[in-house]
Amino acid sequence: MPFACIYVPNFPVAAVFRAEPELRTQAIAIFEGKPPLEKVCAVNESAGRMGITPGMTKAQAELCVELTLRPRSPLQEAAGHAALLDCAQSFSPCVEDAALDTALVDLEGVEPLFGSLPEIAHAMSRRVTSLGLEAHVTVASNPDAAMLAARGFSGVTVIPQGKEGESLGSLPVEVLFADCEGEEGEGKQKKDEKKESTRLLLTLERWGIRHLCALAALPEVALSERLGQEGLRLQQLARGTASRTLVPVEAPAVFEEAIELEYPIVLLEPLAFLLNRLLEQICARLASRALNTQELRLTLELENFSSRKQQLEINNQPCSTPSATENRYSTICSNRREQFCRTLRLPLPMLDPKLFLKLLQLDLNTHPPGAPIRKIHLAAEPARSRSAQGGLFLSPSPEPEKLELTLARIAGLVGEARVGSLELLDTYRAEGFRMKRFVPGAASETNRHKSSSEEQPAIAALRMFRPPLRATVTLENGELVRVVCSKKKEVQGSVLWKAGPWRSSGDWWEREAWARDEWDIALQTADGAALYRLVHDRLGGSWFVDGTYD
Amino acid sequence: MSSEVSTLAAQSRPFVFDFEEYRAEVGPQPSGAQARPPQRVVPTIGSGAFSADSRLAGITPASRLGARPTPEMVSSGIAAMDALTGGLPRGCLTEICGPASSGRTTLLLAALAAATRRGEFCALVDASDALDPQSVAAARVEWERLLWVRCGENSCPAEHRLEQVLRASDLLLESGGFGLIALDLGDLPEPAARRIPLTTWFRFRRAVEHTPTVLLAIERQPIAGSCSSLLIRLGSTNMGAPENRVSEPSTDSPFPAPSHAQLLTELKITAEMVRSRLDRKPVRSAEITFAGKTVWAG
Repeated sequence: MPFACIYVPNFPVAAVFRAEPELRTQAIAIFEGKPPLEKVCAVNESAGRMGITPGMTKAQAELCVELTLRPRSPLQEAAGHAALLDCAQSFSPCVEDAALDTALVDLEGVEPLFGSLPEIAHAMSRRVTSLGLEAHVTVASNPDAAMLAARGFSGVTVIPQGKEGESLGSLPVEVLFADCEGEEGEGKQKKDEKKESTRLLLTLERWGIRHLCALAALPEVALSERLGQEGLRLQQLARGTASRTLVPVEAPAVFEEAIELEYPIVLLEPLAFLLNRLLEQICARLASRALNTQELRLTLELENFSSRKQQLEINNQPCSTPSATENRYSTICSNRREQFCRTLRLPLPMLDPKLFLKLLQLDLNTHPPGAPIRKIHLAAEPARSRSAQGGLFLSPSPEPEKLELTLARIAGLVGEARVGSLELLDTYRAEGFRMKRFVPGAASETNRHKSSSEEQPAIAALRMFRPPLRATVTLENGELVRVVCSKKKEVQGSVLWKAGPWRSSGDWWEREAWARDEWDIALQTADGAALYRLVHDRLGGSWFVDGTYD
Repeated sequence: MSSEVSTLAAQSRPFVFDFEEYRAEVGPQPSGAQARPPQRVVPTIGSGAFSADSRLAGITPASRLGARPTPEMVSSGIAAMDALTGGLPRGCLTEICGPASSGRTTLLLAALAAATRRGEFCALVDASDALDPQSVAAARVEWERLLWVRCGENSCPAEHRLEQVLRASDLLLESGGFGLIALDLGDLPEPAARRIPLTTWFRFRRAVEHTPTVLLAIERQPIAGSCSSLLIRLGSTNMGAPENRVSEPSTDSPFPAPSHAQLLTELKITAEMVRSRLDRKPVRSAEITFAGKTVWAG
């Protein structure tokens, strides 16, 4: 049974490079810890050549002018790890989450789909590169051998079955203990394991065991007497004969990307550049799992204005020390960051990063954040790809992606609530309708087929005046004689003919009760006569011209 | 000189008859005999670079010019209107103009209902936000297939609304996929509507050309000029005339029936096809009358 291992070396640096690809050509060091005791935890090759090593303090590293420093970002590392798992799962459903930087894949049965083992290994390498990570990929007959080889050999390696010991022999013994490189703040158990591993490594070094081939050649009985079961286990790993089953995990369907900025962004254009990168990463991950998305959530962490405002107020006060209460309030404000959230809901599952970017840009133009941006977090809700049955005789319909962009642009012109399809409400109140989202796919076919063969008579339509035109009505003996609308000059004249009143009322049990009398009237106009609907609001006593029959 | 002139040479340069050469060749002729020039191969018309056919190959004689294909016509939703105009043309601009209460909105809703019944999606760019949802429902327009763009808000000036209408229309025409796009400029003041440049109408017309979209403009007066392929003018019969009122059966009383006994049951509409560029021969003005019944008339 073949297994593959995808290993991302120097994972903290790789996660930063994934978020900021332009840093790949620069010397970069990642620091972590609480100020002022921050220490360098990872460096890239360029920084290493400049003499920067893990363990140095941040202050020491800052002395190097050409060095770029970045804080360690758990969010970026989580996104990178999720991308790694997505890549692994695109080849096989049986994937083990071995470590933050390592994924093990069971390749049983996938050769008919993806080709030979070398082809699969190269395809994995290309796929993980497309997701923004540089990884080592190894294929071997057992997962531990694959993992050791991935940690030891760069690029793509395929170990033939039975040649594991021979292939792994040249690797240093340190690769056996790579799992134990712990993080700050780890638990007591992890610390004990790390201590034990350090002791074993020192012992092997004292014995002169530098490479796995030397460890593999040691007699088993003598080794077990001195190092116990752990020693035997290490020897099996060195020989490449360790065998175990994978513990597969179902990678959570969480597609999130984030980036924390060194300097806050003020303009929308650089924000669009960063959004484009995040969208491409998310869409690549979704595509690797054959998913689309129907909802995008953008969360922007804004520069904290409250504490700055408080600080300005304190500074302006002449020679007065802030009270304890004010001090506490300013501390609370400085710890709190304002968040700006926008949610983009799509009518259909889609996967087009350019379209998403345009929609986000249009949305942010209409609803700008209002403050400089410190951090960007983008999440996509996964959805199954839509399937549509085409046909030669179907009526033309707008393309969903184009239509969504068009609707977003029109909404930017006229307002979000003023474009869409209408929905009648179950009420007799005037203007008893609301606007809802226009979704071509939601149109039902059933009613159409029923009425398509029936001939429909023309219905006299009403054109509404929004808002209704306030009118001055002259009555004689209770009869309408003249109507004048000051706001619309053509709606005035003698009443030639009238029908009504038609009385209606409703919602008397609500706060917004209504009661009105309606007349259909004909007024003499310059172009002849025109028919209007005249309304008398019985509760307010006002007269309105509601609309014209046209 | 050879009596044969190669065809190729004849094609590449003009042929020149040298009499002196000919005389030297044939010798002295008997007196009285008419000298007949030798038979020479002359370049034939129709072959080679100098042939007339090749030069005229790209030119089609006027007698053989084909007529521009007539656009597909679709029902306007009103049988009388279809009989008058043949329907509404796809890929063309149709103008419907008339004063208030002339039946423009009735015709618009009938066209929308017919289009949605055909399974097409429609868009209405409403310059004055005048659409009545109850009328839409009564006309049996399938509102899930109707995109309503409500331009202007409250006391928005006419110029601002016009700008919204034109930009929204541009976006919808560019998006494509709609069976009917209607621009309702019916309540826009005439001076504002006339400010729409003809280039805009031309651009709209070009946008729908060769597409299955019907572009409909509702207005008070024709403003698209020659860009519209069909111009229909609507009017109404005099509202004040007794025959247009439907009232309770008249009694012998000399006094008119009270208002509560009156009922508006229909809107009598006259339609005149003023211009149609769809037929080759000029159309003479044709007029029809039809009625739009109110919802409560049954």
